[in-house]
Amino acid sequence: MAHTPTPYGMLAEFETAADVLHAAEKVRDKGYTRWDVFTPFPIHGMDQAMGLKNSKVGYFSFIGGVTGYTTGMLMIWWMNAYDYPIIIGGKPMFSPFGAFPPSYELTILLGAFGALFGMLFLNRLPRLHHPLLKNARFKLATHDRYFIAIETSDPKYSETEIRKLLESAGSKHIELVEE
Amino acid sequence: MAENANSLNVAPPPRELQREPLVANNRSIGWISDAVAGVIEGKTPKWWWWAFVPSVLLMSLLGWMILYLMVTGVGVWGLGHPVMWGWAIINFVWWIGIGHAGTLISAILFLLRQKWRTSINRAAEAMTIFAVMCAGIFPLIHIGRIWLGWWLFPIPNANGIWPQFRSPLMWDVFAVSTYFTVSLLFWYMGLIPDLAVMRDRSKTKPRKFLYGLFSLGWTGSNRHWSNYEKAYLLLAGLSTPLVLSVHSIVSLDFAVSQLPGWHTTIFPPYFVAGAIFSGFGMVMTLLVPLRTMLKLQDIITVRHIELMCKVTLATGSIVGYAYGMELFIAWYSGSPYERFAFLNRLEGPYAWGYWLMIFCNVVVPQAFWWKRIRTNMLIVFILSIFVNIGMWFERFVIVVISLHRDFLPSNWGYYAPTPIDIMTYLGTFGLFFTLFLLFLRFVPLIAIAEVKGVTPQADPHHPAGGAKGGHH
Repeated sequence: MAHTPTPYGMLAEFETAADVLHAAEKVRDKGYTRWDVFTPFPIHGMDQAMGLKNSKVGYFSFIGGVTGYTTGMLMIWWMNAYDYPIIIGGKPMFSPFGAFPPSYELTILLGAFGALFGMLFLNRLPRLHHPLLKNARFKLATHDRYFIAIETSDPKYSETEIRKLLESAGSKHIELVEE
Repeated sequence: MAENANSLNVAPPPRELQREPLVANNRSIGWISDAVAGVIEGKTPKWWWWAFVPSVLLMSLLGWMILYLMVTGVGVWGLGHPVMWGWAIINFVWWIGIGHAGTLISAILFLLRQKWRTSINRAAEAMTIFAVMCAGIFPLIHIGRIWLGWWLFPIPNANGIWPQFRSPLMWDVFAVSTYFTVSLLFWYMGLIPDLAVMRDRSKTKPRKFLYGLFSLGWTGSNRHWSNYEKAYLLLAGLSTPLVLSVHSIVSLDFAVSQLPGWHTTIFPPYFVAGAIFSGFGMVMTLLVPLRTMLKLQDIITVRHIELMCKVTLATGSIVGYAYGMELFIAWYSGSPYERFAFLNRLEGPYAWGYWLMIFCNVVVPQAFWWKRIRTNMLIVFILSIFVNIGMWFERFVIVVISLHRDFLPSNWGYYAPTPIDIMTYLGTFGLFFTLFLLFLRFVPLIAIAEVKGVTPQADPHHPAGGAKGGHH
């Protein structure tokens, strides 16, 4: 059976940060949902231009931090005051002050894990393959060009409409990308 | 009147009030990738080999010294009653202090919106990680029976006894290991977009594969950037209290004990200021020659070096204030032991170490008040080495001078390092520079995406970024 490539979506290239920002506003206003902007660095104001909500990474980090602090406090109490208490210099078996520094460090450690792994989870990374990464021109997305991709899976997907929209937004290079 | 509001013409500020751009010579966004990636893609420079081979040899010396220590015992070092903490602890505190500049630059300056940090944060973070690795070796090997190092971790020993957390030494284990891990995470997260840059430029199969693997499939998607920037902000927010706590906890190793000279409440802030001071010293020692050798003067500009000099001046002055306050409190406490401990620093057998420390840490950085000195790269480089030496002697003063004269004169002694002490310390330089040189050859040493982000071309509301119309 012959291999028939399925299209992934339309990819449009832009040359300046302002062009891609205004193009994103237009795509947002048309009501597309399965689309994205690709830039070599985060562009200030792009989240609003795309209509993105506040990132949820904070929840992961918060849960990590709370887990770290309670783990630290409980661990130290359990080890030094419950499982095998030893008198050291007449100090109390458990004191929240002495247990604070390690618990504080664990708060930061697990909070940091939450931030990094939460970010990777929300972004569905690591990902070994992406249709756009096969595209030769798309390599410039990490160099000095800006791209907008609208996927075929978008309910409002229409090749002619999208081409018209992106051309009017100032893109000089639009192509269909294969899956 | 209202319709004229848009055409309001504001004259640009006079020349002397304009800030120098962060990337000099109005370089394009693509140029930044080319310049930074060019360091990795170009031919290995000769000087790199001239630095790398001796570094590897020194690193192997470290290995031999540790092996010798393990099979013989800590007697090979100059330790002996009453100085039971010697070079190992000095070197530990010194290396970990150096590490503090990286996190300060990457976290605290990020929260303070100091955009100039972008040119230097990657190299400084790498320096942090390698310095913490060098630091971590010393507490591990100074325990004598290295094979029992796992007793430091919360694992019960053969008798079911747990480590006891009322000792600041246990706090230190958590502080240093957390510091290393979080610094590594922060560094790696910053690297993901730049490894993608390297992946997209790679010509050879192994490079495509390895950079592709470690960039985790990064595409530069704005949905990803949105989460990424939030995570970066959170990591910066978490690293800021971390960097302040780590050297505070290191200082508690001393301050919680009851030894005159150690038992002071000023230690935590004083240690943190000293750590940042020494860290900036090392960042300048590394970057001042590198920016010339790697032709990155347009990214690490003279303005960057000047700003680092100012941080060094500020923290050096804080350290100088702390030295003065230590002396004042020793006198004001009325405790004869406190007074003796500090007089002994000023005029005891190790007074040369104390005055060398004062010269390097308090007197030398005052030169940075002058712009002519801050902009002379050779002088900045030489002065930064003084900072490194001075901060090593600060730890020498704290550890050795406080210990060598105990409460009773019958417990007095004089400490001197053995050649093994010295070679172990030199060996850690081998480890540090081996790792740093490998970093230069294989990892982008400047945060490409972040530097691009602070150029005017990156701002969609700036004419350079393609903004049209005169509403500015």
